[in-house]
Amino acid sequence: MAVAAAKADALAAHIAGLSFDGAGWLGAARTGALSRLTAMGLPVKRDEYWRYTNPTTLTDPEAPAAALFDGGDEPMEFDGLDRVKLVFRDGVFDADASDDPALAGIEISRLAEAAAADIHWARELYGVLETRGQTPVERPLATLNSAFSTDGVLIRATGAAQRPISLIYHHESETSDALLHHCIKVEAGAEVTVLENGPGAARFNSVMEVDVAAGGRFHHIRAQGRDHQRRAATHVFARVGDGALFKSFTLTANGRLTRNDAVIELVGDDAVAHVAGAAMGDGDFHHDDTVFVTHEGQRCESRQVFKKVLKNGAVGVFQGKILVKAGAQKTDGYQISQSLLLDGDSQFLAKPELEIYADDVKCSHGSTSGAIDEVALFYLQSRGVPKRTAQSLLVLAFLSEAIAEIADETIAEDVRARLEGWLQRHEH
Amino acid sequence: MLEIKNLHVKLEEEDKVILHGVDLSIGSGQVHAIMGPNGSGKSTLSYVLAGREGYTVTQGSVSLLGEELLDMAPEARAAAGLFLAFQYPVEIPGVGNMTFLRTAVNAQKKARGESELTAGEFLKLVREKAKALKIDADMLKRPVNVGFSGGEKKRNEILQMAMLEPRMCILDETDSGLDVDAMKLVAEGVNALRGAGRSFLVITHYQRLLDHIEPDFVHIMAAGRIIKTGGPELALEVENNGYTGLLAEAE
Repeated sequence: MAVAAAKADALAAHIAGLSFDGAGWLGAARTGALSRLTAMGLPVKRDEYWRYTNPTTLTDPEAPAAALFDGGDEPMEFDGLDRVKLVFRDGVFDADASDDPALAGIEISRLAEAAAADIHWARELYGVLETRGQTPVERPLATLNSAFSTDGVLIRATGAAQRPISLIYHHESETSDALLHHCIKVEAGAEVTVLENGPGAARFNSVMEVDVAAGGRFHHIRAQGRDHQRRAATHVFARVGDGALFKSFTLTANGRLTRNDAVIELVGDDAVAHVAGAAMGDGDFHHDDTVFVTHEGQRCESRQVFKKVLKNGAVGVFQGKILVKAGAQKTDGYQISQSLLLDGDSQFLAKPELEIYADDVKCSHGSTSGAIDEVALFYLQSRGVPKRTAQSLLVLAFLSEAIAEIADETIAEDVRARLEGWLQRHEH
Repeated sequence: MLEIKNLHVKLEEEDKVILHGVDLSIGSGQVHAIMGPNGSGKSTLSYVLAGREGYTVTQGSVSLLGEELLDMAPEARAAAGLFLAFQYPVEIPGVGNMTFLRTAVNAQKKARGESELTAGEFLKLVREKAKALKIDADMLKRPVNVGFSGGEKKRNEILQMAMLEPRMCILDETDSGLDVDAMKLVAEGVNALRGAGRSFLVITHYQRLLDHIEPDFVHIMAAGRIIKTGGPELALEVENNGYTGLLAEAE
């Protein structure tokens, strides 16, 4: 009972300073979330999926201070792309810095405004996928977000979006604590790309609920910002219908603590879900990918590709599961988690899991930790490639399987450039 | 071109001496072959020359074009004109063959203070060289040596050599694992590069490679020393009589 009491106490302390709005359709969803949250409490280190990542600084009432980061004159991620920009500063929408969200085939509204409407399509989604994602493992920080989020973006695609929607998160106050909640509905046959970039806040909690209907296609590419001291708990909940495609890629370079949860349900037949991440940490860096993919439909394909490059005591965590329900025949599931440890001080902790209840499936998983391949390094050097360039080539080669999950070559090139920049700044 | 004087080498992590005083002088434009039984130190010599870690030079010196070689990092040796064709070319997943070649060519040019090749210039050059070695576009696109057959890997080594235009080429058992046709192709690639300003050191177990790449000098290596030096006829003697007689003679 001590654990339950600790969870309840942590929750009471945390939400004492937050304001709760129970009005309208959104208020009803928030009330439901608050009641679920009260039953769960906040996570503690003794919870099974928090053993490798201490949640304390994510659950403390006050966000720990995070110094602002000066990226110099380097442009923000994805600045070179033709896109629709929506800018948030410490979780607060900045209309002046944002583009007019009028884009063919796309409806975009802000959560804060949609809440005032009597009825809104997002009521079918808000908190709904998050609730489904609580079984079999509770994710209280996501429920906290459903109850107390201050804003977010609601995107509904009914056709093929011409430009990507780019959510930009600036961190401007050293103690900011932001909760953003996005809902995305990709209607049958529609297609949209959502980009996220930037640290968000000193402490950033985000939830993205994505419903991809039959034949829809959703691409998500995220870069979490180079702030060294920021903390983040992010959640992506996705439901993927018949013949639909869901792809998500996350680049994380720096950040004191990052916990990225992805919960993906392949509910239709012939659906595809790929979720990938490339993380680079130097020093005080703790990065946790916790991924659950559930196969319900038949002939679905899922891939989890997570790569981490760690040095100077950085810690990487991967907890990944493929759950194949009875009846999900002809499932093709793949999961790989790998770390490249650039020195002896860094650590990679992996918990890969397969749980299969169907008898005609193909599932594979692998997890490795290793150093730079000295033989390959010598081979490159023997051809005249300087050692540092050779090491960078090998690090990028290590990450290439994750980057290959980005469908758009321009965006992939942007991500590669980020990685090269990071490698130059953090020479071995 | 290459002057090896009294070279003594031991393994870094064990007290095992591999080379016991190797002397070898290779003149500009010459082709030398080293033959010898397994374990005689032939491959160690090639690795030490290229700068691989794991070996300690306890005595002796090596100079390339008058420069002290052993003090240089492997990439500096390459830029100075040394090239080692590996016995077992390394697979590098995730690095495209073209990217690798272009990075290497331009890194060497940069190190020598020459202007780097543009994407267009590089592409034209690589296509031309690849064609002569029957290396197709697909092999150029694939990651370095990944999924290549034994023959493809060796041809890829020769392609690198052709692109990098080194002055001193060391071929470490380039004939191993090759069928007759592949060996001919590789030998043609090597012969095309022979010329006044370029020297070769061909390490091999068998005389047959030397039918295709005709050496000026043949050296027999045993127990970490060169025990006999002669002309191409020495390779034929090994082919006919084996090493036993030569070893006994040296005792």
